[in-house]
Amino acid sequence: MIQDHLDIQLIAIVTAVACALPGVFLVLRRMTLMSDAISHAILPGIVLAFFFTESLSSPLLILAAAGTGVLTVVVVELLQRTKLVKEDAAIGLTFPALFSIGVILISRFAGNVHLDMDAVLLGELAYAPLNRLNIFGYDLGPVSLYVMGTILLLNLAFILLLYKELKLVTFDVSLAAALGFAPTLIHYGLMTLVSVTTVGAFDAVGSILVVALIAGPPTTAYLITNRLSLMLTLSAIIGGVNAVSGYWLAYLFDVSIAGAIATMTLLVFGLVFLVVPNRGLIAIARRRARQKWEFAQTMLVIHLFNHEGLPEAEAESALAHLHEHLSWDPTFTRQVVKYALNNRCVSEKETQLTLTESGRAVARQVLVQ
Amino acid sequence: MENLSILTHLDYTLMIVAIGAALLGSVSGALGTYAVLRRQSLLGDAISHAALPGIAIAFLLTGSKTPLILVFGAAIAGWLGTLLILSVVRLTRIKYDSALGIVLSTFFGFGLVLHTLIQRTGNANQAGLDTFLFGQAATILKSDVLTIGILGGIASIIMFVFWKELKLLVFDESFAASIGFPIRVLDILLTSLLVIAIVLGLQAVGAVLMSAMLVAPAVAARQWTDKLSVMMFLAACFGVLAGVGGTIISSSVSRIPTGPTIVLCATAVVGFSILFAPNRGLLWGWFRQQRNKRSLTLSGYDGSSYAQPQDD
Repeated sequence: MIQDHLDIQLIAIVTAVACALPGVFLVLRRMTLMSDAISHAILPGIVLAFFFTESLSSPLLILAAAGTGVLTVVVVELLQRTKLVKEDAAIGLTFPALFSIGVILISRFAGNVHLDMDAVLLGELAYAPLNRLNIFGYDLGPVSLYVMGTILLLNLAFILLLYKELKLVTFDVSLAAALGFAPTLIHYGLMTLVSVTTVGAFDAVGSILVVALIAGPPTTAYLITNRLSLMLTLSAIIGGVNAVSGYWLAYLFDVSIAGAIATMTLLVFGLVFLVVPNRGLIAIARRRARQKWEFAQTMLVIHLFNHEGLPEAEAESALAHLHEHLSWDPTFTRQVVKYALNNRCVSEKETQLTLTESGRAVARQVLVQ
Repeated sequence: MENLSILTHLDYTLMIVAIGAALLGSVSGALGTYAVLRRQSLLGDAISHAALPGIAIAFLLTGSKTPLILVFGAAIAGWLGTLLILSVVRLTRIKYDSALGIVLSTFFGFGLVLHTLIQRTGNANQAGLDTFLFGQAATILKSDVLTIGILGGIASIIMFVFWKELKLLVFDESFAASIGFPIRVLDILLTSLLVIAIVLGLQAVGAVLMSAMLVAPAVAARQWTDKLSVMMFLAACFGVLAGVGGTIISSSVSRIPTGPTIVLCATAVVGFSILFAPNRGLLWGWFRQQRNKRSLTLSGYDGSSYAQPQDD
């Protein structure tokens, strides 16, 4: 039992990290939905290969399905190249058609094969440890751990070896092409990798939730950092955290593991979106509030500065009538004065408001004097 | 005599399904026009997946499987998902595609969690997940057709009432904003119409294939015309064609599910349009190229007058 806990969590972590790494480049290249398209479109490939191999974890099946994934990318790009269909529509046309072919194949030949539709679409992580790798009678652990582990190593090797090229192609395609790096080659390399990863992962989490593993952690990491290397690391960590916490959520409530991992992905994304410094919702709200007071304070300081040393200064800077001159609400005016006093931009003398030296500096800077 | 009554009964069922599919095709075709023109083709995919938790919660709260209640739950969840996508894009630097991807998959995952909860309670009256994913066009009843007709009719009327505003929003959003149209309200209105079309279609073709029902008729129609009104009319017609054609094909060949057949019919219409539509079509373009070549040859150009770059 404890072994099962460990096995499932290990598979979940390895799958999540393997998906998150290529996902970073998809998110940065605005191609996230290509993973959605690939994960659906590989269905006919899986079905056809399953007719021959009759096993869901055969390497031939992974190759055939990955081939279908790359084919999807090619079809989408061909459609785009006709200039008659935009990219989003091309994706929206291609994968439902391929997926439909897969569904029809399954229902036409349902009598001859035992391919469970739910297993393909939704996966079942809980059954993953049951299929074990036995060599000479020794139990070497679950097969899917080896499959996903290999894919993870493949992804790592691809990213580490072609880091510079991937970075350049991601951020400046034209420069990459001009310098003689082959953007098309790297693009198709990445797409092949995404296809292979998707096929490997669908066994564990199903084809729809693969998208959560590929898009979720990189999108979350993108909120936190500007550095590609850090984004890769953070995506891997976030993917692992989502996987483990999702597993325990599923264990606690006895629900679908893949679904729970996706739910945790949403929660973690929401949490980061809320609290991350500078880009989070709270930071945005605080910045907007501060800007409102800053702006009002600047208005006040300029008003005082304009009338400073002139005959009407006494009337213009009287605390009681300030709101009339600035056409503000009296309560709002009091709050602004308090804010400005705290910032030592103005000082209070009986009923009058006078500028301090720093207040004058602010006004001069704004008025460019 | 007995055989005959079975036959008419079958035809009646088929007719109901075909009418339902035709209505769905026309509504989603017409609304899909906006989605395709605004380059939001995949929003339909996101909304249809995001609807799952809404269906599950509606079922958990009411214990009822009445289509109208489930559709209502689906609409609210789909709508919330869209709102989340729009605000993530507006407030952060996350791009539209990533926002779609994350909402689509995680909402669906949450729906899956709720679904396993429902399954575990052992309620015999489960909300079928397979139905949600692939649709069950064959089970469309007269009452469903009525629901589709009424809600689709309302959506169409709203679309015609706000025709001018929506048209401006689609083609020149900044101009619409500058002359004082409430852009965000219109955006939400259009999205809500899209949500209605999608949740209605879930029953027939299911979540996975719904995006094709929005995208395919509109893309096909785009090839034949440059006018919005004509495009929308054609898209609705293509939607009807795909709906009826798919229903008839799947009923005459054994063990072919209706939803995927409808999608493949719609895809075939797109393929035909891309190849053969006048002016924009690929074949037309090829002919034009040949004609240009010929007229260049006739006017004495033999291809040698360009100085070829020489190696020296």
